[in-house]
Amino acid sequence: MSAHATEHGTMNLKLIVWRQSAPDKAGRFETYEAKGITPHHSFLEMLDVVNEDLIKAGQDPIAFDHDCREGICGMCSAVVNGVPHGGHERTTLCQLHMRKFKDGDAIYIEPWRARAFPILRDLVVDRGSLDKLIQAAGYVSCHTGGVPDGNAILVGKPEADYAMDAAECIGCGACVAACPNGAAMLFAGAKVSQLAELPQGQVEAPQRVAAMVRAMADQGFGNCSNHYECEGACPKGIKVKFIARLNREFTKALFLEKIGAISTVKAASAD
Amino acid sequence: MRLLSDSIGRKVVMAITGLLMVLFVVGHMLGNMSIFAGANGINTYAEKLHGLPVVVWATRLVMLTAVLFHLVLSIAITLENNKANPTAYAVDRRLRATFAGKNMIWTGLLLGGFIVFHLFHFTIRSVPGMEIVQVQELSGRFDVFAMVAGAFGKGITALVYVVSMLMLYLHLSHGIQSTFQSVGLNNPKTMPGFVRFGSVLSVIFLIGYGAIPLAILFGLIGK
Repeated sequence: MSAHATEHGTMNLKLIVWRQSAPDKAGRFETYEAKGITPHHSFLEMLDVVNEDLIKAGQDPIAFDHDCREGICGMCSAVVNGVPHGGHERTTLCQLHMRKFKDGDAIYIEPWRARAFPILRDLVVDRGSLDKLIQAAGYVSCHTGGVPDGNAILVGKPEADYAMDAAECIGCGACVAACPNGAAMLFAGAKVSQLAELPQGQVEAPQRVAAMVRAMADQGFGNCSNHYECEGACPKGIKVKFIARLNREFTKALFLEKIGAISTVKAASAD
Repeated sequence: MRLLSDSIGRKVVMAITGLLMVLFVVGHMLGNMSIFAGANGINTYAEKLHGLPVVVWATRLVMLTAVLFHLVLSIAITLENNKANPTAYAVDRRLRATFAGKNMIWTGLLLGGFIVFHLFHFTIRSVPGMEIVQVQELSGRFDVFAMVAGAFGKGITALVYVVSMLMLYLHLSHGIQSTFQSVGLNNPKTMPGFVRFGSVLSVIFLIGYGAIPLAILFGLIGK
């Protein structure tokens, strides 16, 4: 127990954690005790404490993704009691603190589950499929040069705010993990909306939406059934209005293509 | 880009075919309401409607197309979605998804079955074990009222219809609001309105359609 822990009322928790040694190995749930956890521990720090005990006992520590631990990098990822990031509004797993739990609680910890996110080890999944979506079209392909002069391209305040709201997405994949269909529509919707709202992104908007929709299918993501689980789980508060925008942009692009107003959209496979 | 194989293209087709069927459900319910005006009410309505064969057959054709597209795509989409999310979590906790939303495929398939049954029951009038009263009024006009009243006088038949209307209610309480999102009309301002519109409309369908077999079964209309 740390010196810090002695100053506080500590709690003991029962963790039921998914353990899987390799992508092609069968996984199973293992039960661990988390002892001496303070309310100030973050969820990841709690796992650190458990892992130290496991290492001391000569066992394999629980593998989990993490990086900045301040809620902005999008690396941490685990489903806690059935909800990605634990289900507190606008809270990533690293910003989820143990004061949200009570002494004696049993906590289920699982990796993101979706066909497009194969499990690498324990709670670590391969989210490269989201990178493939970005590669397919989530960027602006014109040469943008150096840093442009401020206000060289005029963007209205409402448009800038809208694009910024969409750009809040940290690409953690909680939307996919929460989706009953393993779909990436909230992620793709945020990217498509962000770029389609700004002058730099409008040029290629039809090609982008076509390529991203095709890439989602290629990467094994599912379809959207408008359950809005993604919005509920998103730690950045990305709204499903961006999925509506995605649908609108797709329909618009399809129409423009069918009437011959734009050249045939080539949806390059992401691989 | 493809309307029938790209994910969002199919979503738009689902929305539009669904919307067409909702329009039919509205019209069919309004027509059926004539039964509350008694035998003369519904029999006159039926006679007038069948005096417009072009309208009747055009509607049937559009509905058949809409149902087939909606059905085939929904099965394809559901199979794909199951494949995209093959493993369930140990703890099943949902934040937004509703019972209606999660069971769209099942309420939809039951409704598909109901539509076939309903056509064989009252339109083609040949369901084994459910013989239909086929009489004519003194004027020689087909007596729809006697047919419907005869059928719903049996508890089991009324039950089948009421349960089917519960399926319709569940299906549309998710489906109607979903349509607006699928065609891209949604935003945080309009969404609560669309959700309420879908809920209210599906409740109206449940009451409107459900009232007919129940009213007949409990003898509120008839004779």
